[in-house]
Amino acid sequence: MAVSIAGTGPGPAGTSGDGPFKLRRALGSRWAKQAGRGVEVLVLTAAALVMVSPVLWALSTALRTPAESFSEPPQWVPLHPIFSNFSAVFNNAPFVQFVVNSIIVTGAIVVGQLVTSSMGGYAFARLRFRGREPLFWIVLATMMVPIQATIIPVFILIKYMHLSDSLTALVLPAVASAFGTFLLRQAFMQMPKEFGEAALVDGASQWKVFTRIYLRMAWPAMATLAVLDFAGYWNEFFRPLIFLNSQSHYTLPLGLVILQGYMGTGSISVVLAAVVMALVPNLLVFVLAQKYFVRGIAFGGIKG
Amino acid sequence: MLAGTATTQPNEATAEGQGVGLGAPTKTLARLHAQEARTGALLMLPTVAGIVIFTAGPIVASFVLSLFSWNVISAPKFVGLANYSSLVHDSVTMHAFVTTAIMATLIVVLQIGLGVVLAVAVERRSRRLRKLYRAAFFFPLMTSAASISIVMSYMFDDHFGVINYYLTLLHLPAVPWLGSTVAGVVTIVLVVVWQQLGFTFILFVAALGNVPQELTEAALVDGASGWQRFRRVTLAMISPTVLFAAIVGVINALQIFDQPYIMTSGGPGDATKTVVMQLYEAAFQNLKFGYASAISVFLFVAVLVLTALQFRLSRRWVYYAGADGR
Repeated sequence: MAVSIAGTGPGPAGTSGDGPFKLRRALGSRWAKQAGRGVEVLVLTAAALVMVSPVLWALSTALRTPAESFSEPPQWVPLHPIFSNFSAVFNNAPFVQFVVNSIIVTGAIVVGQLVTSSMGGYAFARLRFRGREPLFWIVLATMMVPIQATIIPVFILIKYMHLSDSLTALVLPAVASAFGTFLLRQAFMQMPKEFGEAALVDGASQWKVFTRIYLRMAWPAMATLAVLDFAGYWNEFFRPLIFLNSQSHYTLPLGLVILQGYMGTGSISVVLAAVVMALVPNLLVFVLAQKYFVRGIAFGGIKG
Repeated sequence: MLAGTATTQPNEATAEGQGVGLGAPTKTLARLHAQEARTGALLMLPTVAGIVIFTAGPIVASFVLSLFSWNVISAPKFVGLANYSSLVHDSVTMHAFVTTAIMATLIVVLQIGLGVVLAVAVERRSRRLRKLYRAAFFFPLMTSAASISIVMSYMFDDHFGVINYYLTLLHLPAVPWLGSTVAGVVTIVLVVVWQQLGFTFILFVAALGNVPQELTEAALVDGASGWQRFRRVTLAMISPTVLFAAIVGVINALQIFDQPYIMTSGGPGDATKTVVMQLYEAAFQNLKFGYASAISVFLFVAVLVLTALQFRLSRRWVYYAGADGR
């Protein structure tokens, strides 16, 4: 059964010539294997459908007239798709402004965190300096701190910095990340020390060892962090709800919820049209992230 | 601070005995260690500064604030532990803690269980299927909780929702997904798991990809059964990831806000009101900053205790590849 793990590898590192032959002999009966495989595929497919259905439903509802929103049986494929719900979104909310705000906030945070977390993670994983352990414990301890546990003092701090109701209020407190630092540290720790030691013996500086050797190997972890950061901050609702007052500063998720609030239950299809449009950037990044992600896993093997 | 490091480092190095070259002259070694300390301090500075200003400091401030009564407008008044005693006697807040704990438990168990199973099952598929399934499980993570809560509140609608339509079609009773106390909690849990499963799934897929093939192959050659290979090799190799997923999962689950705020507003009654919703209301709607800070300190302590517990329990079963000493 689990042999197929090795078997599925038509991938990179070719197994030696007689390997697959040996593995095949070790298999149990073919029948049991096939049946097990069938059940697994069935379960996986059902799970996958469950995962995709809400978004498909949102899309199909957005393509129907508001009157048909709740038609029974549910029309998964709208027979007469209409697009007026989408234009109605722009007439009812500054949708473009929401998108621009979200791009600014998320972009700044992702870049900032990649820089600070890779640096911090490497320092805590590989470099010995005085106070490293206590500092790392402070960082680690704050990773466990829920953002809501600090939101009140941060709210007050932001007020005193005269940053209330600005996009900077969302970016600045999020540039350093305990989570990212920990994620990167774990990645650096799992890398062999020998490469760096060899380079040091050859006279390379610590900075060079970091940027030229380990940072490149940290690619999968950084891609993971970027993906998770995007998912976290592009979709963030709590902090924008607290920090932003004027509608012109709203980020996308906050804008959507406000839209749902005043469109009420009467125009579900318009609200869902907005949701579908808001999902487009997510799907776009998703496609890119998938590519980076798969590449990252392939590169994650220490052999590379 | 930095100058001091240079002089103390060589001793440490000899004590640890894992320096560069055994025969290297002490001077070179000292210089190398000084450089290492300098680079280290520089690299960690942005992270540590940001965290001290925007997380560690505010945690202390939260604790201090929790000892005051303050509505932002008038001057803060020291009240000692009064906020805590009113917190303990506030049945709504206590109920929010219980509800959140129940939700968190269900979510973390489901997330890790499903995450491992799906990741292992997906990794066995052919390359094309693997890509498809990965995409399906991963993509909800990329959606926003706000968007999905909006969509789900329509789908789970007690009267017009798609889900109840299919239930009645199967001659099952319609469930008051958002309208009943128990179902409300279950609905929130399902929506959160639907959305966040991709996180654990991704972590496990990545971890499985890092399990050296030679290890599973060697176990196979040694005659280990499928279950033994999974239990002794694969699971052991991904155990740090399980720990990580558990810690992050609990911490995330304790912070549930978006879904109940948007889908149920904490209702029916206070059935789905979470700790963070209660905190939000106290601070930003009722301007009871001291009381809200007390809730946040409580939340923080709960997270801290749980995390410490997990670390302690995990010592027995987590295996770190490549980390010899610890």
